Amino acid sequence: MQASSAIRETLITGGKTVGDVSEDISRQVEGKPTPLWWGAFGFSFILLALGFYSLCVLEWEGVGVWGLNKTVGWAWDITNFVWWVGIGHAGTLISAILLLFRQRWRMSINRAAEAMTIFAVICAATFPFAHMGRLWLGFYWVFPLPNTWGSLWVNFNSPLLWDVFAISTYFSVSLVFWYMGLIPDFAVIRDRAVRTGNKLRASVYNTLSFGWSGGAKTWGRYESVALILAGLSTPLVLSVHTIVSMDFATSVIPGWHTTIFPPYFVAGAIFSGFAMVLTLLIITRKVFKLEDYITIYHIELMNIVIIITGSIVGIAYITEFFVAWYGGVPAEFYAFYNRATGPYWWAYWSMMTCNVISPQLFWFKKIRTNIVATFVLSIIVNIGMWFERFVIIVTSLHRDYLPSSWSMFYPTIYDVGEYVLTFGFFFCAFLLFAKFFPVINMAEVKSIIKSTSEKKH
Amino acid sequence: MGETKKTYWKGLEQLKNDPAFVKHADKEFAVIGAEEDRGHNRRDFLKMMGFSMAAVSLAACEAPIRKAIPYVVKPVDADAGIPNYYASTYLNGGDYCSIVVKTRDGRPIKIEGNSLSNVTQGGTSAQVEASVLSLYDNYRLRGPKVGTENASWEDLDKQVIAKLSEIASKGGQVRIVSNTVLSPSTLSVIETFKAKYPTTQHIQYDQNSSYGILKANEESFGKQFVPSYDFSKANVIVSVAADFIGTWVSPIEFTKQYAKTREVSEAKREMSRHFQFESNLSLTGANADYRSPIKPSQEGLVVAQLYNLLAAKAGKAALGASIENIKHLEQAATELWEAKGKSLVVAGSNDKAVQTVVNAINDLLGNYGTTILPNKPLNFRKGNDEQFASFVAELESGKVDGVIFYNCNPVYDHVLGGKLAEALKGVSLTVSTSYTEDETSSLSGFKAPDHHYLESWNDAEPKKNSFSLSQPAITQIFKSRQTQESFLTWAGETSSDYFALLQKNWRTWFFEKQNSVADFQTFWDKSLYDGVYELPSDEFAALEFKADLASVGSSIAGNYKAASEGFELAIYENYGVGNGSQANNPLLQELPDPITKATWDNYLTVSQKDAKAKGFSMDDGTVQMGKLNVGGKSVNIPVVVQPGQTIGTIGLALGYGRTKVGKVAENIGTNAYPFLAQVNGSISFNVTEGVNLEVTSETYRIAQTQTHETYMGRENVIQEATLAEFKEKPNAGRDYPKITKWEEKVDPAAVSLWKGHEYKNHHWGMAIDLNTCTGCAACVVACNVENNVSLVGKDEVLRRREMHWLRIDRYYSSDAKPGDFVALEKAAENPEVTFQPMLCQHCNNAPCETVCPVAATTHSTEGLNQMTYNRCIGTRYCANNCPYKVRRFNWFKYHDNQQFYQSNPAMNTDLGRMVLNPEVTVRSRGVMEKCSFCAQRIQTGKLNAKKERRPVKDGEVVTACMAACSTGAILFGDMNDPESKITKLLQIEKDEKRPYGIDKKIGNPRAYRVLEEIGVKPNIFYLTKIRNKDKEKENA
Repeated sequence: MQASSAIRETLITGGKTVGDVSEDISRQVEGKPTPLWWGAFGFSFILLALGFYSLCVLEWEGVGVWGLNKTVGWAWDITNFVWWVGIGHAGTLISAILLLFRQRWRMSINRAAEAMTIFAVICAATFPFAHMGRLWLGFYWVFPLPNTWGSLWVNFNSPLLWDVFAISTYFSVSLVFWYMGLIPDFAVIRDRAVRTGNKLRASVYNTLSFGWSGGAKTWGRYESVALILAGLSTPLVLSVHTIVSMDFATSVIPGWHTTIFPPYFVAGAIFSGFAMVLTLLIITRKVFKLEDYITIYHIELMNIVIIITGSIVGIAYITEFFVAWYGGVPAEFYAFYNRATGPYWWAYWSMMTCNVISPQLFWFKKIRTNIVATFVLSIIVNIGMWFERFVIIVTSLHRDYLPSSWSMFYPTIYDVGEYVLTFGFFFCAFLLFAKFFPVINMAEVKSIIKSTSEKKH
Repeated sequence: MGETKKTYWKGLEQLKNDPAFVKHADKEFAVIGAEEDRGHNRRDFLKMMGFSMAAVSLAACEAPIRKAIPYVVKPVDADAGIPNYYASTYLNGGDYCSIVVKTRDGRPIKIEGNSLSNVTQGGTSAQVEASVLSLYDNYRLRGPKVGTENASWEDLDKQVIAKLSEIASKGGQVRIVSNTVLSPSTLSVIETFKAKYPTTQHIQYDQNSSYGILKANEESFGKQFVPSYDFSKANVIVSVAADFIGTWVSPIEFTKQYAKTREVSEAKREMSRHFQFESNLSLTGANADYRSPIKPSQEGLVVAQLYNLLAAKAGKAALGASIENIKHLEQAATELWEAKGKSLVVAGSNDKAVQTVVNAINDLLGNYGTTILPNKPLNFRKGNDEQFASFVAELESGKVDGVIFYNCNPVYDHVLGGKLAEALKGVSLTVSTSYTEDETSSLSGFKAPDHHYLESWNDAEPKKNSFSLSQPAITQIFKSRQTQESFLTWAGETSSDYFALLQKNWRTWFFEKQNSVADFQTFWDKSLYDGVYELPSDEFAALEFKADLASVGSSIAGNYKAASEGFELAIYENYGVGNGSQANNPLLQELPDPITKATWDNYLTVSQKDAKAKGFSMDDGTVQMGKLNVGGKSVNIPVVVQPGQTIGTIGLALGYGRTKVGKVAENIGTNAYPFLAQVNGSISFNVTEGVNLEVTSETYRIAQTQTHETYMGRENVIQEATLAEFKEKPNAGRDYPKITKWEEKVDPAAVSLWKGHEYKNHHWGMAIDLNTCTGCAACVVACNVENNVSLVGKDEVLRRREMHWLRIDRYYSSDAKPGDFVALEKAAENPEVTFQPMLCQHCNNAPCETVCPVAATTHSTEGLNQMTYNRCIGTRYCANNCPYKVRRFNWFKYHDNQQFYQSNPAMNTDLGRMVLNPEVTVRSRGVMEKCSFCAQRIQTGKLNAKKERRPVKDGEVVTACMAACSTGAILFGDMNDPESKITKLLQIEKDEKRPYGIDKKIGNPRAYRVLEEIGVKPNIFYLTKIRNKDKEKENA
């Protein structure tokens, strides 16, 4: 059924057969963890433990252990939140939008990207909880409080509430989408385990695969559900960061109150999400020897997405400045003037260098097809995107309307600690995923192996 | 079943109907003996379990028991939950204020001004407002002590009397040392003591001495006195280093009078012109129209030159001392001359020569009898510096055998304190009546603690013929004893009842000399109720100025220099901590200095130019330590760069560096008293020679609540104009922002997403007059006390987390052009200063309300933006979205937390907790808070009106800040009430279309809303700042 064309780039190299795919991917799951894996997991676990300690101190003592103050009420917490949510964008974009657009190159990377999405969203979600003054009462968010005047509901005007809905929806759909894709692959591992007589593994993966039978009807349903979920997730990709951006855009603070935010945030999110996918996959393909499945071509395509989104972000930065000047609102003009030249100039220029200038290097084919360069740049992009959120949040707040309240923000060890917590969790989760789950969607890759695989010479 | 005869039995026992069986027949297991053996049966077990579970769960949810014991016989006027108010008098050394004390269930919780007083006229100051917390100071002595041991009053009295008799028998000398004693009855008690021990001398001194004025008046008019001043009648005010709004003689009274001359309106387009010549930028200087920086060594010459200029106009001889090139001095002289009889010249100098020339100037201008009233002398400062110096000399030479320190602390707060401390070691009887174990008390053999003034009976005569009464607002907390009773006991009086004596005195002094009230009890009750009693003041009799101006001139010429090299030190009293007697009060420690905005410290202030030359800088509160050398004494103090500071001068505040004071203030800052100098027999607050300052490599962090100096030329924040412009156009200085729409530019109020609220009943609002606000910050302390605002300590202020609901923003002018943002950040060398009280603006379209996810901050039906603490989960979104940054977050648990024991005793000690206002919740950790417009007071006002079935009257609901404001700059009221003061002030016109809407039509051309263009529509209006200047930006 798949049309094979000479013009099409080869997606899978090394002349892989369907059997090779099962073997190459399942081998990672079936083998014993390597010392490298143990080392990486141990390190991540230490980060997680340190971060957890920091979280305990935060909850025990109060939000005051962070460096926030009367003027800057959000800093690292919401910066990290937006950063992680942004990272969490790539997965669904790859699996949903690219599915609808029939971009088959996504098949090698969507599994890991979706896993990354889910872990990133969990990381992101820790911050809105951790930053609350009274976390234990945070569950007011959900339930109407009955009282003599009638039940007291949450405030539907508040963008924070929209966030809750947007992110929880996004999270649940992404989770279902991801898990559904895993089911046939779990079944493969189960079948292999049955063959080798590993009963424990067979039973665990049988449960995980919901007893997948692989019948034609099942596959038919599988395909339609995938399509429906892709259709459902597509608007979510755009809505989540649009709504996150409204936390800022609907406020009155100069530097926040900007209509450009929704598209600008979505572009930035895809930008950072792809960068994070690259960072992770470059390591994964190397460690798990998956170079034939995640090829330079995949990397190049992702780098092209990075150029595009990076340029959109760059244009957004410039547009903001133009509007600040053209709009004639003195407070807003000052907010942007202060970003570029005020006490936080270094954060602004770090952002500009990392996000606008560095991705332009990908115009050179040599650079965008170079693994090391891509790896370095993917990390730089994520540093830049972190600074973008820091710049938006902190430099706007620290000097707003009344100069009497202007102040600086200095992070404490606990600000860093909460960030470390999410890194610890993210890497632990990703390592567990990489070890126990098939990191490449075998079922999908097998479907294109005929048409796109490099022929053995 | 009845017809069947068949019987089944369980066993032979049943068949035999054995009694043992019958006994157990109803048991489940009818086995004889078995259950008894088991001890407990199943039912017991269930019962026990049920009980235990219930008991355990009950115990778990039981709240800690706090005993509340009802009255057996309830006093008539004490109702639980209903506050009582008592008129009383704040006395702290020579500082005075007539007050009303609010008590709840027998505990004083708030102090407000007594408007019946002719002296303070309902005004208060930060220190008066804060003094209620000093009552609950944990460092107070719990009872008398002999040496370091606790003792009983009987023991102490026995020993003191024995010592006194011993001294008396050998003819030894006894001294009573105190600050100025304002109380005539106390003075009579001291006389009684003196009668018993005739070798006793009463020595009075003042930390902020005005001895120079006393001496100058003696030389000028033949009598030692400090006259009353009436600033309200002065059209031209010239002050040479007198901080009369902040600390000079009677600041509460002067502020009130001064503000009257600063009020402007469309109808009254005139105000006083105020010239200030000074070294440090004082609160008074910050309010002046023209402020010229001078060095302390020029003070005498400036006054002399002013005399010369005026004498030339009057055709009189000039003095032998003069100075040229003092900016605005000639203008001041010209304008003074034009306003003869309606002008006032004051000087802060404690040099009698300078004060004599000031007298000569005022005499020349004919101000005696109009703005200066020698017929109503003030008693605030009677301290005699020379007498104190000779007392210390006597002590050192061993001529004194007994010293009683009556509520004073000279070891700390006198320049001779060090010598005094040494000399005290050789004195056989030393008694201190201080209510804490302060520096002097701890060196005294006997500690006989006095009551706090809120526990005492007393009277006072702050001004001749103006009297007031102190009454206890609480039963004594500790085993302290009123010192007057101690004196009477030690004098061997049969009755040591000071209350009886007080009544006796008032009977003979006042009751018997009046005819209007027939019986004494009525007279007494009335006086006590009013808190004050006035006699008709003496007639003004013209005074003859008879000082020898030639010798005064030569004294000035000898002591002052027109130009001097090197640094000079100008020591001043701080507005918060003051002279240091209330240093252990965290309300005052955390009160930002109105000028520097620094808390919890004293520091040196240097000019921008000197800072640059010497290498001092200031960046977000980080400063360098400076090595200050004064006449060989060297000390390291942090250095703050202060715009407006005269080049070549250094400012340093008194009141810090206390060593025996309690946990709050111990070892904060540096004691400036030892640096004080002497001039013409009085203490001088200026050190003009031998001062040197060098930068050190050490840095230090000053906890400022505001680190940015200017308002960046933002006219939507501060709107100001000169009087000349205002006369022409009453809306001068107003900024009218417009919103650009496609077709046209419109008012921001015309564009809104919201439908707007309807306030059918009240619509509370506030007007703040930037022209009469002096920045004194009494309102800040009042707000703290009223609303249980947490005090967070220096570290947290450094992290910019002070909790003040109301703050005074202080902005300096800048010389930079608009748009030059870098240069605009820097204040001018000698800037204009604007104070702007900033609190929750109670926006009608509140940006905080829409963003709260749980609706914890909502809008009331009366226009208030209200916080529901219980509902708040602490996302801080509201604070971020507040354009005014007035929301405060509880970063930690500030109550019941050892970490804040020092800074916040009101929520962390059992004693301190007594000051909390029970009507206001103490906020928990993680909760947002902010100004509530004193919702509890609004509620009280409404309930009182409801009980009487009438609408709330204007003036019935007064917020704490408004009540504390001596100048009336803050006005709160109902904007729906057509008769209310605020409606009239703002000239609110009735909108027929939407009479209850939020868009009130404001007619007052001076009224503006801060940040009008963002359309949040605050309920607080500011009235433009008007400076009485001929041209703009003329100061520098």
